[in-house]
Amino acid sequence: MLTFVAGRFVSLCLSLIVASIVIFIVIEVVPGDPAALMLGLNAQPDTIAALRDQLGLDAPPFIRYFSWIFGLLSGDFGISYTYRVPVSDLIGDRLWVSVPLAIYALLLSTIVAFAAGLLAAIRRNSGADLSIMGVTQLGVAVPNFWFAMLLVLVFAIWLRWFSAGGFPGWDAGFWPAIKALTLPAIALALPQASILARVMRSSLIDTLDEDYIRTARAKGLTRAQVLWRHALRNALIPVLTILGLQFSFLLAGAIVIENVFFLPGLGRLVFQGITQRDLIVVKSVVMILVFAVILVTFLVDLAYGAADPRLRKNR
Amino acid sequence: MSGPDTSLWFAARTSRSFVLGATLTGFFAAVALVSLFWTPYDVTVLDIAGKLQGFSPAHPLGTDHLGRDMVAMVMVGAQTSIAVAFVAVGIGVGFGVPLGLMAAANRRTLFDEIIMRANDLIFAFPALLIAIMITAIFGPGAINAIIAIGIFNIPVFARLARGGALSLWTRDFVMAARVAGKNKAKISFEHILPNITNLLIVQGTIQFSLGILAEAALSYLGLGAQPPLPSWGRMLADAQTMISFAPHMALVPGLAIVFTVLGLNLMGDGLRDIFDPRLRRSRQ
Repeated sequence: MLTFVAGRFVSLCLSLIVASIVIFIVIEVVPGDPAALMLGLNAQPDTIAALRDQLGLDAPPFIRYFSWIFGLLSGDFGISYTYRVPVSDLIGDRLWVSVPLAIYALLLSTIVAFAAGLLAAIRRNSGADLSIMGVTQLGVAVPNFWFAMLLVLVFAIWLRWFSAGGFPGWDAGFWPAIKALTLPAIALALPQASILARVMRSSLIDTLDEDYIRTARAKGLTRAQVLWRHALRNALIPVLTILGLQFSFLLAGAIVIENVFFLPGLGRLVFQGITQRDLIVVKSVVMILVFAVILVTFLVDLAYGAADPRLRKNR
Repeated sequence: MSGPDTSLWFAARTSRSFVLGATLTGFFAAVALVSLFWTPYDVTVLDIAGKLQGFSPAHPLGTDHLGRDMVAMVMVGAQTSIAVAFVAVGIGVGFGVPLGLMAAANRRTLFDEIIMRANDLIFAFPALLIAIMITAIFGPGAINAIIAIGIFNIPVFARLARGGALSLWTRDFVMAARVAGKNKAKISFEHILPNITNLLIVQGTIQFSLGILAEAALSYLGLGAQPPLPSWGRMLADAQTMISFAPHMALVPGLAIVFTVLGLNLMGDGLRDIFDPRLRRSRQ
């Protein structure tokens, strides 16, 4: 197990290094002069020179790369060009919106998908199964930002139960903050829950057809006992895979959804970074998001290794 | 012809998912085609006096905030969505399949390892993040959206092609071809590729529908198609601020996306069942 973890850890570090090189090349080397790009067409030569100086652009690329990386490692992400504050402060603030939103959406989708998938699997081919599968088929096809707009129309404009967007901050209290995140979390959770419910159903159906389930039934366990003790645990492995894979989609979804609801999260930060051509912000936020995806993949791999010893060797 | 009809065509006609999915997909493809030659109104002509109309005989789906006919907008928007998704799938297949085949032919070599690690790496960049980086440097546009979604499709097809090819390389007919003296490239394209086409077609439909969703999201954020090119995503962006008094502006393009994606997904499910009858039986 130890060599397995060590091996996975080395590959985690390698992925991070390569990803950071890719991001650095795309954002700092490809454009030629990032300072000119950030300032736009009408910039004065001396302003560009000043920005080049501030960014240290006269140093060779590999020196700049290492100073960026060592900065990231020590928590120094540079100074945002448009906000004039350290990028680490900006990211720190925004994490308090994005991370709770992601967790909220993940919880919602997992609970709903688990219940729906379970019901559909044990009542296979019933009316409930067919309608759940129909809804999930729709859920996968609905763009989450459009669903978000419909939620705003119904629950914010017509019923006035929620506000149409914005975030009061956690200082305003726990419930007001959770309330502001509810519609966004539902919008984010819909496609995820649909995919998960389908995977949960087919995985559980496959497991229930296995011989050891029949054996367990034959030795006198009830259907419910077999389900809880034997079937669910084995059926959850593919569900876990999808959950891990979905994380990157959840992240991408959050970027869009934060823009629909004007939530001050990482997604909105990176999006504003683009419109204001603040490459310092874009570079670091993209790196953080990619880091999150790679880290989750690593954790899912470890969870597999723990759940299924056979997988430790094959990789 | 005697005996039970086991042809693919028969299986296709009797698969409910496939028939419904193909009908929906065909309808929107036809809409996009027709819009190349004819639309009920010109989408480049504004009619401010007739803006934000509801449903009427003259404008069956109403008009938008600039008085443009929604039917015409949705028709022309279909072109953008379909073209972007189609080319993005093409990029994924064009680069991913050869890479996957080469990796499988040179299994457990450094080349294979590099290809698979590169794939893992791209998976860490959701299409939207790739698009964000491209847009930050080159500015927004439909072409950049295509490239972003296309890059994201490459590992999907590379992985699928490699996985399918690996199991085929152990089969007797491939062994026979090797004994006959064919080289790896020839075997890959003459023997392996035809046997994984079904897999690729099914995945292609799924990536096509994901491409339409991704294009809509990018255009909605302003990172995709730019004015005056109509796109379903951009129509939704325009609709957002007017949703309280003109909900039809949001409903119409949204439903167009939902039905197209639903059609493609159903068609993909149907095709999977048609190509693999064993799966069909075990699912019932």
